[in-house]
Amino acid sequence: MTNHLNLLPYLSIDFALLFEKLLLIIVVVTGSLVVAMYTTYAERRIAGFLQDRRGPNRAGPFGILQPLADGLKLFMKEDIIPTSSSKWLFIMGPGLAMLTAVMTGAVIPWGSALKIGEKVVSLQIADINIGILFIFGVVSMGVYGIMIGGWASNNKFSLLAAIRGASQIISYELAMGLSLIALLMLTGSLSMKTIVEQQMQGGWGGFLGWNIIYQPLGFLLFLICAFAECNRTPFDLPEAENELNFGYHQEYSSMKLGFYLFAEYINMFISSTVMATLFFGGYDIPFVNEANLANHWGPNIVALLGTVCLLIKSFLFLFVFIWVRWTIPRFRYDQLMDLGWKKMIPLALANMVITGAIVLWLNK
Amino acid sequence: MQALTNRVKVLDQKPLTFKERLYLPAIFSGMLITFSHLFKKKATINYPEQKRPFSPVFRGLHILNRDEEGRERCTACGLCAVSCPAEAITMESAERQKGEEGLYREEKYAAKYEINMLRCIFCGLCEEACPKDAIYLTETFAPANYSRKSFIYGKPDLLIPDPTKEPEAFAKAQGGIKAHKEKVR
Repeated sequence: MTNHLNLLPYLSIDFALLFEKLLLIIVVVTGSLVVAMYTTYAERRIAGFLQDRRGPNRAGPFGILQPLADGLKLFMKEDIIPTSSSKWLFIMGPGLAMLTAVMTGAVIPWGSALKIGEKVVSLQIADINIGILFIFGVVSMGVYGIMIGGWASNNKFSLLAAIRGASQIISYELAMGLSLIALLMLTGSLSMKTIVEQQMQGGWGGFLGWNIIYQPLGFLLFLICAFAECNRTPFDLPEAENELNFGYHQEYSSMKLGFYLFAEYINMFISSTVMATLFFGGYDIPFVNEANLANHWGPNIVALLGTVCLLIKSFLFLFVFIWVRWTIPRFRYDQLMDLGWKKMIPLALANMVITGAIVLWLNK
Repeated sequence: MQALTNRVKVLDQKPLTFKERLYLPAIFSGMLITFSHLFKKKATINYPEQKRPFSPVFRGLHILNRDEEGRERCTACGLCAVSCPAEAITMESAERQKGEEGLYREEKYAAKYEINMLRCIFCGLCEEACPKDAIYLTETFAPANYSRKSFIYGKPDLLIPDPTKEPEAFAKAQGGIKAHKEKVR
């Protein structure tokens, strides 16, 4: 009875793999935290430049220690939990926002693969075959951070802002998903790694394979939805810090507020990376044939160059996020809903239908 | 209807055209404008390291002048106090005793001379009223402080350095006065 149910070989744990993944998780999480930190610095600095100011330039050379000073300030502030709030939910809100923000980085292929000795180490924490679905799932969990925070504060303004934020995010998630379906028709795969590898096959060292060339409208819709999902201007109605004095995190102080603000920047970084991965070839180095280069310089250097390339692409998107914030005023709420439901969704549907028709035509 | 003034502007409330309703062209041109500001000259300066020059007629903190031999010029005539619209100046006069000729230029001097910098409106009328070249406004402005009392400046705060003891500092203060005079004129 017991003999043929011997599961031991299947249950043996590959400690090397575990260690490798743990290391990768630490690197990715720390990396995205550091990038988020410096995005806050870049935001303030670029805001300064765009407004003919200098921006923070006092802490360290060019002010590069500013994020540390900001973090220290947030840690030292008094942490207030309102007596009328539900305490556990109040603490859980920012934690959830942070968790969902960091979790998305797990399925992004940060590079091809390193070769250490005989071992091939993939620069992706988990190459699951439903990578994009995973991202959508986690991102839609992010709305719970907002909802729980607004609800637990027991403040009607926080609650209203939370509802505002939740309905915005849900509305734009729809258009975001629809805009990606057209892309998925082209790739035929939900795995992020496969999508990147398909793009690398294109001409001009991969450049002609980038999905932006085949899905410009899809990309535009995705970009706009990404702005809305990250609560960035022109869709930052949940926060509206300059006239509504913050939204769902009004009752928050100290590092709990810091977590909310920080989660926004991590979300920005992750969505920039997702855009770079899905539409701009991911870790593909444009105009360079990676396979040839790997023969010359070895695969490790090429893999790292690819990672650098992906980071450069996502930093460019981060710049666009910041740039747009300091250019465009905020939408009114009815305009926001109008745009989301009456323009984005029909456009995404049209894009989907047209792409489907063309794919069918070409495959005939 | 007839317009009441020639400044009337007729509001154009036509519905948006398709291009305008797309928003995107307007957004892109706006972004180009903000991008061009990246390379423009900054309107602000790094303050404590760089300072902007004051306007030639800038009026800051007062000083009490001395002559070349280091004697106080003020004779406590009280014209500055009378001219002061904010009533910021108080003084008490005293008679010069024998042996004090090196300290005071004329027979009468100000034993106490106080300016309340919280009252002072830095109009410079005291400077214009003074017949003895004794009070001037400089290019320094009143520093911040914690108590009201510390804003009442007495003679030790106001008098410029003594040329017999600190000739260089005196020359500098005199130079400031000279430059100030030329600018005002």
